[in-house]
Amino acid sequence: MFKLLAQVGKYSLFMKGLFAKPEKFSVYLRQTALEMATMAWGSIGIVALISSFLGAVVAIQSAYNLSNPFVPISAVAWVTRDSMILEFASTIICLVLAGKIGSSIASELGTMRVTEQIDALEIMGINSSGYLVLPKIVAALLVFPILVIISMFLGIAGGYIGCITAGVMTSADFRKGVIEDFIPFNVTFSLIKTVLYAFAITSVSSYQGYYTDGGALEVGRSSTKAVVYSCTLILVLDYITTQLLLA
Amino acid sequence: MIEVQHISKKFGDRVVLNDVSMTFIQGNTNLVIGGSGNGKTVLMKCMIGLLEVDQGNILYDQRNFTVMDFKERKPVRQEIGMVFQGGALFDSMDVEENVIFPMSMFTSWSDAEKVERANFCLQKVNLPNANRLKISELSGGMRKRVAIARAIALKPKYLFCDEPNSGLDPKTSHVIDELLKEITDEFQITTIINTHDMNSVVEIGERIFFINKGQKAWEGSLDDVLQTDNQELNDFIFSSKLMKGLRK
Ligand SMILES: Nc1ncnc2c1ncn2[C@@H]1O[C@H](COP(=O)(O)OP(=O)(O)OP(=O)(O)O)[C@@H](O)[C@H]1O
Ligand SMILES: [Mg+2]
Repeated sequence: MFKLLAQVGKYSLFMKGLFAKPEKFSVYLRQTALEMATMAWGSIGIVALISSFLGAVVAIQSAYNLSNPFVPISAVAWVTRDSMILEFASTIICLVLAGKIGSSIASELGTMRVTEQIDALEIMGINSSGYLVLPKIVAALLVFPILVIISMFLGIAGGYIGCITAGVMTSADFRKGVIEDFIPFNVTFSLIKTVLYAFAITSVSSYQGYYTDGGALEVGRSSTKAVVYSCTLILVLDYITTQLLLA
Repeated sequence: MIEVQHISKKFGDRVVLNDVSMTFIQGNTNLVIGGSGNGKTVLMKCMIGLLEVDQGNILYDQRNFTVMDFKERKPVRQEIGMVFQGGALFDSMDVEENVIFPMSMFTSWSDAEKVERANFCLQKVNLPNANRLKISELSGGMRKRVAIARAIALKPKYLFCDEPNSGLDPKTSHVIDELLKEITDEFQITTIINTHDMNSVVEIGERIFFINKGQKAWEGSLDDVLQTDNQELNDFIFSSKLMKGLRK
């Protein structure tokens, strides 16, 4: 328990240290743009793949479970829509991104630590945590919501294609169902969660990588820890936000 | 000039530096020698503030570095160049970007000026056509030289090198030694080099400091070092057959 508190304290100090005045704003800006490009290009493929398959599976499964003749078949469409928007596009996709981006951030920073690259920044008089971490956090805060919105669309599209090809319903039924009782706040809610996840993943993974101590083995360990802690935090945040905003 | 005054450093209750005082003179190649694990790297890290000392002061031309906070240290740090034992090059960048990096961070030079300066520095370390190479494509000796080029990019007043020629063949290590001496003379830098290579000591040592078990055990000029009657220093210097032969 004491160890956990100490960690939280150290993490808070680390976060505070990020926001010192940047040495050179233009360098930070360019770094952020670079990070955004890497994150977006590196993740768009896997996000697209997972979302469309998830959408298709959710749709076919709900059709399979929907045996009540009083419920119209078009319900499958809005079930798919709401599952994608509320939970899958944000939480599942961010869990995947935690594995992908979290581990890569932790191992990048860990390697920089053990090969003294972070020390090299420090002795140049650069706020190394700010320079290395802040652009990643800002980039994630901007890129994750975009990825999640793409995931929502592709998930629903996947559901549509899944239903049509499985012969569950007609294209017109799906299109009718998908706009039924649409609550725009659900999208907002999902994006709020995404922003929290993005911050959690990048800051926790950066913290793990930045304070790596030792050699290649410890870099691997930091990267595993980064993913485990990020995923745990995502689930906790998911629970808390759902309690607060939807219950 | 850098003055180290009575510094001590402990890790837990293990004393690594004990009341060390040294004065490093501008325009000189100051060599800190000593066996492995005697505290050379720790001394250097204390001097540049990567480790905080437990006691004592470090003065950069009368400016007391020890009592400064991160912000106050910044201007001093921009006058420091450091070559790490492993190079510490940024492997997400190529050679030229590594050398340009400190300039982008701390100057308002145009791109053309930065490239020109980078080319000049790379020329100095004898790597004229390596600009676009990735760090992973460099040999150990090339890495050290790029690290030196990066360290001198902002015309430092103080240059720190931690074992600049460990793990290099005798010829390359000679080239690097000569290079360090040359830039020290040319730009009147206060240069501090950690080494346990006696060749370097004989070739470029102007002022020599011997660290033994965390204490300064001896200091003197190159001529003195070969004739010292300090037992530990003698054991250290004349541990190889070659050096024994040289003495005879
Ligand atoms: N961060 C640290 N924590 C604990 N002990 C340390 C730390 N850094 C160095 N030491 C200890 O301090 C002593 C001096 O180490 P240092 O790296 O300064 O030796 P060195 O003279 O540079 O040796 P070498 O020539 O092998 O590089 C060593 O015994 C080492 O175990
Ligand atoms: Mg050392």
